[in-house]
Amino acid sequence: MAEPNRLERRDFVKVVVAVLGSIMGAIIVLPGIGYLLSPAMSVQKKEAWIPLGPLENYPIGVPTLFSFTQTTVNGWEKTINSHGVYVIRFDEINYTVLSNMCTHLSCRVTWQEDLSEYICPCHDGHFDIEGQVTFGPPPAPLEEFETKIEDGNLFIFFAEG
Amino acid sequence: MAEKVFTWLDERLGLTTIYNTVLDRKVPKVNWWYTLGSASLFLFVIQAVTGIFLTVYYVPSPDHAYDSVQYIMNEVAFGWLIRGIHHWGASLMVLFVFIHMLRTFYFAAYKYPREITWLTGVFLLLATIGMGFTGYLLPWNQRAYWATTVGTEIPGTAPLIGDFIIRILRGGTDLSAVTLARFFSVHIWFLPAIILLLIGIHMYLVIRIGISSVPHKEDNPKEG
Repeated sequence: MAEPNRLERRDFVKVVVAVLGSIMGAIIVLPGIGYLLSPAMSVQKKEAWIPLGPLENYPIGVPTLFSFTQTTVNGWEKTINSHGVYVIRFDEINYTVLSNMCTHLSCRVTWQEDLSEYICPCHDGHFDIEGQVTFGPPPAPLEEFETKIEDGNLFIFFAEG
Repeated sequence: MAEKVFTWLDERLGLTTIYNTVLDRKVPKVNWWYTLGSASLFLFVIQAVTGIFLTVYYVPSPDHAYDSVQYIMNEVAFGWLIRGIHHWGASLMVLFVFIHMLRTFYFAAYKYPREITWLTGVFLLLATIGMGFTGYLLPWNQRAYWATTVGTEIPGTAPLIGDFIIRILRGGTDLSAVTLARFFSVHIWFLPAIILLLIGIHMYLVIRIGISSVPHKEDNPKEG
C-alpha cells in the first residue's frame, strides 16, 4: 500500500509521458501552424501621393475617371493592382476626389451620366455625385481622398493596408 | 466518463479488435533489421505530411518553381525546416526501403507463403525510386534540370522506341513546362496513390501471414 500523498510509480510515469508528449507534440505542430500562417503575419503598409495632372485637365460638372497602378510584392512575385478615382470639379475652385471602390464589397462603381449617379454593378448600389448612398446595400459613402495642389498638379494621398 | 465513451466507441468501431490484430499480434524473436519496414512506413508518412505542406507555397511552373522554393526557404516561417525534412527524408526513405529489401532477401523471407508480400515490396521500391526521380526536378534549379535531362535521355537510348519514351517522359521532345507539370502530377498524385494501395496490400499480408523468423542453421534438414 502506498502512503498517503505519495506519488505512485504508475501515476508518475503517466504524468511524465503526458508532459513529454505535449512538448514533443507542440514541437511538431507549432512550426506547421507558423508555416501556414506565415504570409498573414506580415502587414504591408502603402502610402503615397499620387499625381493626377493639372486640375484644368478635368471638366467642370462631370466626374472623370483617373486610373493608376500600384505595385506590391506578394511572396516572390510583383502584383500590379489597378486603381481608379473620380475627380469631380463642382466649379473653378471646389473639387473632390472619390474612390471608385464600392463600400459594400469592393466592386468598382461607374458614373452613369443619364442617371447622374455612380452605380455598382454587383449588388446595385447607387451613389450621388458627391458619393452619398442613394440606394442599395452600401453601408457608407464613397471614400474621399485627401488632396493637395503642388506646382499646378493635383495630388491625392493614397493609403492601403 | 472517458471509459464510458471508449466502451461506446469500441462497441461500434471494434477498436480493441483492431489493436489486438494489428499491434498485439504474435511475432517471433527478431532483431533490429526487422524494424526497417516500420521505419519506411514512418518515413512515408513524414514525406506525405511535409509534401502536403510544401504544396501550399510551391508552384509547378518554369516561371515560379525556382522562386517559390527560394520563398519557402528564405521567407516562410519554418519553410527551411519543412523542406529540409522532405529533402533528407526522401534520401532516407530510398535507403531504408532498399535495406528493407536486402534484409528480406538475405533472410529468405520472400518464400512461400510471402511471395505476394515480396512482389508488392518490389513495386513499392520502384515507386519510391520514381518519387525520388520526379521530385528531383521540382526545385527547377540547374541540378534538377540537368539531372532530368540525363535521366530522361537514358531510357531514350533504347532501340526503336527510345525517342517515343523520351517524348512520354518529357511530354514532348524537350524538357519544358509540360515536363515539370507532369513530373509534379506523378509526384503528388499518381505515385502516392499507387504507394498507398501497395502499402495497404503489403501490410494486410504482413498482418495476415505474420513475419518470418530469423533463419537458423538448424532450419536446414541436411545439416540438422
